[in-house]
Amino acid sequence: MPPVPAIGRAIPRREGVAKVTGRARYVDDLSLPGMLHGLTVRSPVPRGIIRAVHYGAGVPWDEITVVTAADIPGRNVVALILDDQPYLAADRINHAEEPILLLAHADKQLLEEARRLVTFDIEPLPAVFTLDDALSGAPIIWGENNLFKSYFVGRGDVDAAFADAPIVVEGVYETGAQEQLYIEPNGMLAVAGDASGVTVWGSMQCPYYIHKAIAGLFAMPLERIRVVQMETGGGFGGKEEYPSIIAGHAALLAWKSGRPVKMIYDRAEDMVATTKRHPSRTRHRTAVSRDGTLLGMDIDFMIDGGAYCTLSPVVLSRGTIHASGPYFCPNIRIRGRAVATNLPPHGAFRGFGAPQSIFALERHMDRVAAAIGLQPDELRRRNFIRPGQVSAVGQVMADRVDMDAILDRALDMADYHQKRTRFAAANVAAGRTRKGIGFATFMHGAGFTGSGEDHLASIVSVEATADGTVRVLSASTEIGQGTNTIFSQIAADALGVDVEAIEIAQPDTAVVPNSGPTVASRTCMVVGKLLETACRNLRAALTDSGHLASDGDLRQACRAYVRERGPLRASAHYQPNEAARWDDERYQGDAYGSYAWAAYVAEVTVDLVTFETRIDDFVAVQEVGRVIHPVLATGQIEGGVAQAIGWALYEDVVWREGRMANSQMTNYIMPTSVDLPPIRVHFEEVPYQHGPAGAKGIGELPMDGPAPAIANAIAHATGVDVRRVPFTPEMLAHLVEAAGA
Amino acid sequence: MRSWLAQYEMRSASDLGEALDLLSRWPGEWTPFAGGTDLMVLLEAGKLPRRRFVDLWRINELRGIAASADSVRIGALATYTDLLTDPIIAAEFPLVAAAARETGAVAIQNRGTVGGNIANASPAADLPPALLVYGAALELASSRGRRHVAYESFHFGYKRMDLAADELIVGVTLPRERRAQGERGAGWQHRETYRKVGTRRAQAISKICFAASVDLDGGVVRDIRIALGSVAPTVVRARSAEESVRNQPIGSQTIAAARLALRADISPIDDIRSTADYRLRVAGNLLEELLS
Amino acid sequence: MPDAMEVSFVVNAGAVQVTTHPMARLLDVLRTTLHLTGTKEGCGEGECGACGVLLDGRLVNSCLVPIGQVNGSSVTTIEGVASGEQLHAVQQAFIDCGGAQCGICTPGMVLAAAALLDLNPSPSLDQIRIGLAGNLCRCTGYMRIFEAVVTAMRIKPAS
Ligand SMILES: Cc1cc2nc3c(=O)[nH]c(=O)nc-3n(C[C@H](O)[C@H](O)[C@H](O)COP(=O)(O)OP(=O)(O)OC[C@H]3O[C@@H](n4cnc5c(N)ncnc54)[C@H](O)[C@@H]3O)c2cc1C
Ligand code: FES
Ligand code: FES
Repeated sequence: MPPVPAIGRAIPRREGVAKVTGRARYVDDLSLPGMLHGLTVRSPVPRGIIRAVHYGAGVPWDEITVVTAADIPGRNVVALILDDQPYLAADRINHAEEPILLLAHADKQLLEEARRLVTFDIEPLPAVFTLDDALSGAPIIWGENNLFKSYFVGRGDVDAAFADAPIVVEGVYETGAQEQLYIEPNGMLAVAGDASGVTVWGSMQCPYYIHKAIAGLFAMPLERIRVVQMETGGGFGGKEEYPSIIAGHAALLAWKSGRPVKMIYDRAEDMVATTKRHPSRTRHRTAVSRDGTLLGMDIDFMIDGGAYCTLSPVVLSRGTIHASGPYFCPNIRIRGRAVATNLPPHGAFRGFGAPQSIFALERHMDRVAAAIGLQPDELRRRNFIRPGQVSAVGQVMADRVDMDAILDRALDMADYHQKRTRFAAANVAAGRTRKGIGFATFMHGAGFTGSGEDHLASIVSVEATADGTVRVLSASTEIGQGTNTIFSQIAADALGVDVEAIEIAQPDTAVVPNSGPTVASRTCMVVGKLLETACRNLRAALTDSGHLASDGDLRQACRAYVRERGPLRASAHYQPNEAARWDDERYQGDAYGSYAWAAYVAEVTVDLVTFETRIDDFVAVQEVGRVIHPVLATGQIEGGVAQAIGWALYEDVVWREGRMANSQMTNYIMPTSVDLPPIRVHFEEVPYQHGPAGAKGIGELPMDGPAPAIANAIAHATGVDVRRVPFTPEMLAHLVEAAGA
Repeated sequence: MRSWLAQYEMRSASDLGEALDLLSRWPGEWTPFAGGTDLMVLLEAGKLPRRRFVDLWRINELRGIAASADSVRIGALATYTDLLTDPIIAAEFPLVAAAARETGAVAIQNRGTVGGNIANASPAADLPPALLVYGAALELASSRGRRHVAYESFHFGYKRMDLAADELIVGVTLPRERRAQGERGAGWQHRETYRKVGTRRAQAISKICFAASVDLDGGVVRDIRIALGSVAPTVVRARSAEESVRNQPIGSQTIAAARLALRADISPIDDIRSTADYRLRVAGNLLEELLS
Repeated sequence: MPDAMEVSFVVNAGAVQVTTHPMARLLDVLRTTLHLTGTKEGCGEGECGACGVLLDGRLVNSCLVPIGQVNGSSVTTIEGVASGEQLHAVQQAFIDCGGAQCGICTPGMVLAAAALLDLNPSPSLDQIRIGLAGNLCRCTGYMRIFEAVVTAMRIKPAS
């Protein structure tokens, strides 16, 4: 008898017991005999030339392993998109806190003292900290023009549309940097030697990124490098590319000392030195008819990439493609630019550029509505993109999207119309608080952009074991989002077994194939689909070999097969979707295989005594294809909304001379349990034909909508026009005063 | 942990005499250590300049909250949790209870002490404004003897206070006599307000902390006490603002005068958490809210 | 200034004795000396609660407790919450309700929730929020955690 399907049910998280009992092993929980601790000595200045290094007296320097750029056996570059970032600065400093040298010793505290005793003579060079200075090229700090990447995308005749337009609305919108603030700081443990090769264990999203980076650093063949993911205490993008640096550093120290080296960042170092969300500035010019039809959109989107290119081109690409939102407009022009500054490189963070450009658009749409005297929802409804219509990059919308229905549902759940009127009336009577309600409508492309998946060529394998369970071999990491559990569900249903018959192998490059990185909301939709196929292939192999009858027991079949013939493994390789077109040169075509669609509503109270905003209610409605696990999916949305509320209201990186000045949890403020409203989540399910059991991606989506929904609610409450994330009380005080309220 | 423990030393005192003896024998050498919620943060960050500590945690004489007919005495080692579970504090000193409730969160409330909060002398501390409003006095002890100082005159500059190197804070006394003046005329009205404006609603350091009590008689201000945190180098009593409204009828003119006078009481700055401008404006708004 | 002392205390119902600097953090003694790595370090500054343990039954951040002050006391860590393989009601509820995602905040969160229910067997939602306000979670947005505490409260009737 086939078991009850696992998909759609809230089965217990696979590693749940380990996590609630403290048995789950994170990298800092490991130690090896003879292990040393490692740490990084960083630049005190944002830009300059290193002239000398001094090792002050006070610690036994002869016991301490010191690694400098000169010790690097291979290439001193962090392999990513461009090879511009060194593992250790040799002479040039390009950002504050740039790694210069590495220290290791068995006594961690002594090592801290040693770090304080290292001083540098650095000849300072002028540095660039703002988008404007970067664009004006004063001075040039990267390449020929301080530009990592530019995109021009669009369609139609934008200039003509503006020439004839009855109404044009303009606006500039900005967002600040945001720290991922996973609660487990970054860390790695490495063993390295000429004979043994390099092995690292650590906190990470993408084992194969590290694999490749270490190979270059040590000029070593890939087979001699092994990367193992430990339980990982949150990532949110922050453990996508940066761990390659820490892994490399720990490995260098291990290689030089001949001992295992553990390198765990403390919170202050993790905040001050690692990547954050790209700050952005977006300029909108919108041509619109009197009845609210979008005639032309002219968008200039800019992000601050920091000192090295890292992933900025990809973040820029996603931000650019999402900049015109879930709307149809015949004439669109979007210019996207990623600029270089002397801030530490900004990097991957949930949403990947989309939250920035969607904030700008969705705040702007409310302003456009106000300019022509339409209700915000009316303006959107007149312009929602519909199946068969074409996006800014020329993608014909194949999704069976019905944004009207999603918006209806969200507004209904939030009691939007009634409250909109009621609050507006109540706010007229002068009190000390104002109430408002606002929303945002948006979409988020799942998976890599354009031909990204074709280049990745991901693989997933499954393996029958002697005891009859099936082991899933994939490089997709569990970072809290539920990979282990949804993979178990997908595999169980594809194989026709209970989830208990599925085992998820620890991601270890010596064991699992390269299924690509754990990013871009691709794990469930893309890798999950491969897993489903691999499982079907395993079933087919067992059937073909005669071990599995049509109604036979798969576990028994596995046992019998392994006993008689030895190991059985089945795989699935990513197959490009033949129907999808993408032109990398012109940046035109099917940007994403599918999108998640959403409408989020925020209800706020603004206190005019303290200018604090409190969110009273939050509704998140989305269409994400089939929901594999209702509790995990809800948890993903709630967590994303919470993180986005943090970005919108509290999380403000204070920069001083290119350095994060508030690099502690006491002064970089994320929401606590008393700061969040009830978050009410609803899924519309329209199965997606290319996803496993019809699922799409959801991980990043919830980061996009909250900031603009809250901004629109604040505007509704107070009448002031908020255009910069975060909406701090200090900013609101200023705006309210300027408005003469 | 960024400090090197080999550079530090700690002794545990089993009674007050032992602690005072250590402090007096090498004045300035030993530093008191209570719940550690301020000191351990500095130790972690590698920023703890003092090297030798005398641990007060086991000194039972410094614990407890005791009431007499005319005052309540809070031991220096009383924690926020102790304050929150004390019925007299809850009934008669609501601003102290509110301050305790809004300090840190449970784990901090279980460890942080009243003496530590005062001696840490942060201008952003949340308990001191409440203590100022209630006219608290501090009891200080050294091996030379005991003395009492009015809390209002204790802090006299950023992290500077009337506490000798060999002295400990042993207790805080809150007078109860004000509390008994309940029976007044029909037009008599008593209000107390505590507003902590933090960066978020829990576990936050104040950007402004405002504590006040007002007695109104037929709409005329009789007694008023206002204290603020995070708007000057020390927590402050807003004497000018108080003076400007005393014996005045509440109304927009009085409020405007009080807002103006408040500017003489406070001197906020821009820092990592907020701006001078915001603090000034919100302090004025809170005062206005109190008087409205 | 060499400074080491013998500290005797009880951890999860077992007596232990360590010789260490009195200012060593309870967190480090648990994790490094006693190999109880279930207690996590998220900040080292008292802000995140990942290092939460019960000290004489009360929730504290072990990163802020010098071991000298633990002498003679009793400590409960996440390893001591379940009775053998039998999970505590709070642990079971965290699994059932999706209260743990990445799991790094979970040990401290479970102890904070257990401490709350010990003091107040049927807290309101507001009291739950306040009771957990010193335990930061970046993954869940807290909603599943609140649900877990409410569920645990029902499983484990007021005693
Ligand atoms: C996460 C977190 C949140 C916090 N939130 C708040 C908050 O909301 N509001 C707030 O005001 N504070 C807050 N604090 C700061 C701190 O908790 C309080 O100041 C606490 O009251 C300090 O008490 P303690 O016993 O822990 O002090 P300790 O750290 O032991 O000592 C602090 C200082 O006081 C001195 N000292 C201690 N006791 C005595 C004594 N009896 N006589 C003389 N000197 C003494 C010490 O030498 C030291 O200089 C927070 C701290 C943390 C880590
Ligand atoms: S590690 Fe102790 S509170 Fe964060
Ligand atoms: S589950 Fe990841 S921080 Fe709470």
